[in-house]
Amino acid sequence: MKQELTGYPLTLDGPDRPMIRFADVSKSYGDLQVLDRLNLDVAEGEMVTIIGPSGSGKTTVLRMLMTLETIDEGVIYVDGNPLTHMPKGDLLVPADRRHLRRERANIGMCFQHFNLFPHMTALENCTEGPIHVLGLSRDAARERAEELLEMVGLIDKRDEYPARLSGGQKQRVAIARALAMRPKVMLFDEVTSALDPEVTGEVTEVIRKLVGKHNLTMLMVTHQMGFARDISDRICFFHNGRIEEQGPPSELFGNPQSERTQQFLSAVNEAI
Amino acid sequence: MGGNWSWDFTLQILPRLIEATGYTLLAALIGYLIAMVLGLVLALAQRTPWRVLTLIAREFVEFIRSTPLILQIFFVFYVAPQFGVRLSPWTAGMIAIGLHYAAYLSEVYRGGLESVEKGQWEAATSLNLGTAHCYRRIILPQALPNCIPGMGNYLVGILKDTPMLSVIGVAELMHTANAIGTETYRFLEPFTLVGLIFLCISLPLAELVRRAETRLRRKLGLVK
Repeated sequence: MKQELTGYPLTLDGPDRPMIRFADVSKSYGDLQVLDRLNLDVAEGEMVTIIGPSGSGKTTVLRMLMTLETIDEGVIYVDGNPLTHMPKGDLLVPADRRHLRRERANIGMCFQHFNLFPHMTALENCTEGPIHVLGLSRDAARERAEELLEMVGLIDKRDEYPARLSGGQKQRVAIARALAMRPKVMLFDEVTSALDPEVTGEVTEVIRKLVGKHNLTMLMVTHQMGFARDISDRICFFHNGRIEEQGPPSELFGNPQSERTQQFLSAVNEAI
Repeated sequence: MGGNWSWDFTLQILPRLIEATGYTLLAALIGYLIAMVLGLVLALAQRTPWRVLTLIAREFVEFIRSTPLILQIFFVFYVAPQFGVRLSPWTAGMIAIGLHYAAYLSEVYRGGLESVEKGQWEAATSLNLGTAHCYRRIILPQALPNCIPGMGNYLVGILKDTPMLSVIGVAELMHTANAIGTETYRFLEPFTLVGLIFLCISLPLAELVRRAETRLRRKLGLVK
């Protein structure tokens, strides 16, 4: 991502601009091409789920949006502004730290392994960012965190350290922590994959509650097909770093067009 | 001379040795404080994206670790004045052991910092916490408890290395015992006492470090 880019708009305007846009985004690790000229728009308030075999680049899409990975080619826009680049004259140049810091504030993420701060209580996990990044007062941050912990059903665990919480509880705290930053976009990276099957429900219930709230745009990677089908506006099936097929859940699951999608879905169904 | 232990003589020299023990502890403590701070700087410098800084810190640590402490003490005391820096034996001594142990402690810190999961950084990034803030509030509090056993070893180590300062005339415990010996021609009592004094400090110190680790872990909520 060294070169200056031309031919891409400096901002996305207009009433139908997407909340997220991947424009010709490519990414390789050495010889391995993880994403191959990905183009993907996600509308404001839309819930999009990415499915596909492992190694197909699903998680990389989320990690690039969270700026945890750089991109090799193309541009990512969030909320109308370029995220991976910044305007300089009428060119787009790679974003500096300040630009990343400003634009990344729109995005929140939940991880497969929760990544809670183990030396902070559930409440402190949820107030750290609001106090130190958003500049909220302690009281205001606490109030917001308690509201969110209430929403995820863990208000009585607010003073517990993560080591004393179950996996499902940790993930719910992690969701509250991300929401406390008031992001416009939420990313869920296999948030139930590290959980025992019997507790995945408590996490998916929380995500379900978020759908259609505050106009939150959500992008999710999951292996839980039933949940994805229930909750998503659109499903993207990834294969070899490209979107092989996408559409509303009823179509993609009910009548998949591509042979690869059919193979993947029947393999998943057999596994269940 | 033989092995005839004199209790009178022992009691007579004890106050002088205890006074020297105070100086020894002071030298070890100040040297250790220098090492703690500088060691952290060296460890963090090796984690910055600036290649030159990383390289300088790395080479400095390697250089210190591959040369004898006694040479470093001589160097600071005898060579620094040629560059216009005149140091008293005390100052030179504490700087030398401070630098020496900073190199070792930086390796302890480095291990501790690397033991913190990468996911912690990613979570901090996702919350938009800055690098300095992340180190201070997220990474170091988790890294330090893992450092304490190693830091404790070097605390005992620095104490045991203070006798080396006697070579540039710092009146620490060993130097004092030797002085008593040459004045009175009795070496048995002073050196035995030095051994006992070191033992009396080192053993409780090790225990103290163990407790400090447990306490810190509990305070940070990291007890499993």
